[in-house]
Amino acid sequence: MIPAQVSYVRATSVEQTLELLAEHGDDAKVLAGGHSLLPLMKFRFAAPEVLVDIAPLDELRYVRESGEEIAIGALTRYRDLHANEILRAHAPLLAEVAGAIGDPQVRNRGTIGGSLAHADPAADLPAAALASDAVFVVRGPEGEREIAAEDFFLGPFTTPLEPDELLVEIRVPKLTGVGWGFEKFNRRAIDWAIVGVTAVGSSIALINMGGSPIRAHAAEQALADGASPAEAGALAAEDTNPADEPHASADYRRHLARVLTTRALAKVAGEWPAGLH
Amino acid sequence: MRVGIEVNGKQTTEDVEDRTLLVHHLRDVLGLTATNVGCDTTSCGACTVLLDGEAVKSCTVLAAQADGHAVTTLEGLTDPDGGDLHPMQRAFREQHGLQCGFCTPGMIMASVSLLRDNPKPSRDEVRHALEGNLCRCTGYHNIVNAVMDASGQEVQA
Repeated sequence: MIPAQVSYVRATSVEQTLELLAEHGDDAKVLAGGHSLLPLMKFRFAAPEVLVDIAPLDELRYVRESGEEIAIGALTRYRDLHANEILRAHAPLLAEVAGAIGDPQVRNRGTIGGSLAHADPAADLPAAALASDAVFVVRGPEGEREIAAEDFFLGPFTTPLEPDELLVEIRVPKLTGVGWGFEKFNRRAIDWAIVGVTAVGSSIALINMGGSPIRAHAAEQALADGASPAEAGALAAEDTNPADEPHASADYRRHLARVLTTRALAKVAGEWPAGLH
Repeated sequence: MRVGIEVNGKQTTEDVEDRTLLVHHLRDVLGLTATNVGCDTTSCGACTVLLDGEAVKSCTVLAAQADGHAVTTLEGLTDPDGGDLHPMQRAFREQHGLQCGFCTPGMIMASVSLLRDNPKPSRDEVRHALEGNLCRCTGYHNIVNAVMDASGQEVQA
C-alpha cells in the first residue's frame, strides 16, 4: 500500500512548524513517529497534502521534574518513556503503559504527543494521561494554552487541537508512591486493547469503552465511599458506551471492564501480586 | 525529494517521491531485497531494519524520514565481499531458526537489535522482544533457540 501524493517538509523549529500549519491549515498534518498517521495514509483514510515532520525538533524530547509536576516533551518516544527514571519514580503508570504499547519496533518510533493528539479510543496512553490528571500544553499562533486531559478527548480521533496548533508538552502531577494498576486485554501481544483499564490512586480511566478514554466515575465514587476493589470494579461499566463488534460484543466489553478494573484496583491496593494473570 | 541515507555503511543519494516508504526505497530503488514486505500494516515485522541502530518496521517509515540517518538491512550484517555470516545468521542456520524463511530477515534484525540492548536475554525476554515479528510457519521455538545461541547462552532441546 502506498500513500497518496504528499509534500514532505522537515520542521526546523516549533515556530517554523506553526507557520507551516498556519499556511496550510487543514491540508497539513503533523508527522511525529508516524505510527498512527502513516498506516492511515497507506489505507488512504488520510490524504494530507503536506506532512510536517517534527521529528528533528529535539527540544520536544525530554522528561524533567518541574516542582510538583513532571514535564514531558511531546516527542518523547514510548521506548524512552518506559526507561525513564523520573517517570518510573514519580509516574510509573505512564512508564509502564508506554512499555506495553505495540512491540519494540513500534515503541522505537511512537511518541506520547502523537498518541495523545491522534486520540484513538483504543490507545493506552490517552487513558493513562486521563487517569493521571495530565495537562496538555498546546502552542498556536496566539501563544500557548493549556488543556486538561478531561477536556481533551472529545470523541474518536477528535480533540480541541486546531489545525494551526501543536501539542508541545504533557504535564502530570507527581504521584510518588501512589498505587497504580494497568490491565490490558487483547488477543495478540501487539494488538490494541479490546478493553483496558488504567488506575492510579482513586482515579480510573477506561480504554475502548466508548468513543474516547473515559473516567469510571461510578467506580471512583464507590472507592471514595470506602468500597473494596471488587465492589468498585463491579460499577466500572456504568455510563460507558462500548462498541458492539463481531469479535467483542458490548456486553463482553462491559464484563471485561468490570473484571479488569477489579484487578487494577487490587493492584492499586497492593492486593494483587504481580504475575498472577 | 532528494533523500540521502547511509545504507549498510555506504552513502546513498536518490531522488524519490515524498510518499515513498523506506521498504520500497530499499527494495525497488537500492535493490536490497532481503527486507520483505509482509503484512504491510506494521504488524508482522518482516520489513524490520535498523534505523540508527534501532529496529523499526520499514513499511511504516518514509524514506524521507530516514534522510540524513543510517539504515542497516540484513545485507549489511555481513561483509559485502563474501565474509563470514553474522553470529545471528549463523545461529539461525545452526538452530534451524527458519522454515520458509520469509520472516527471517526481520527476525534477525529484531534479534540483533535486542542483543544490542540486552546482550544476555532470558528466553522470556527474547519472546517479548520478538512480539512484533510473526512467523507463519510458527517456528518460534527454534527462533528463540537461535537468539539464545547467538548470545552465547544455553539452548533448549
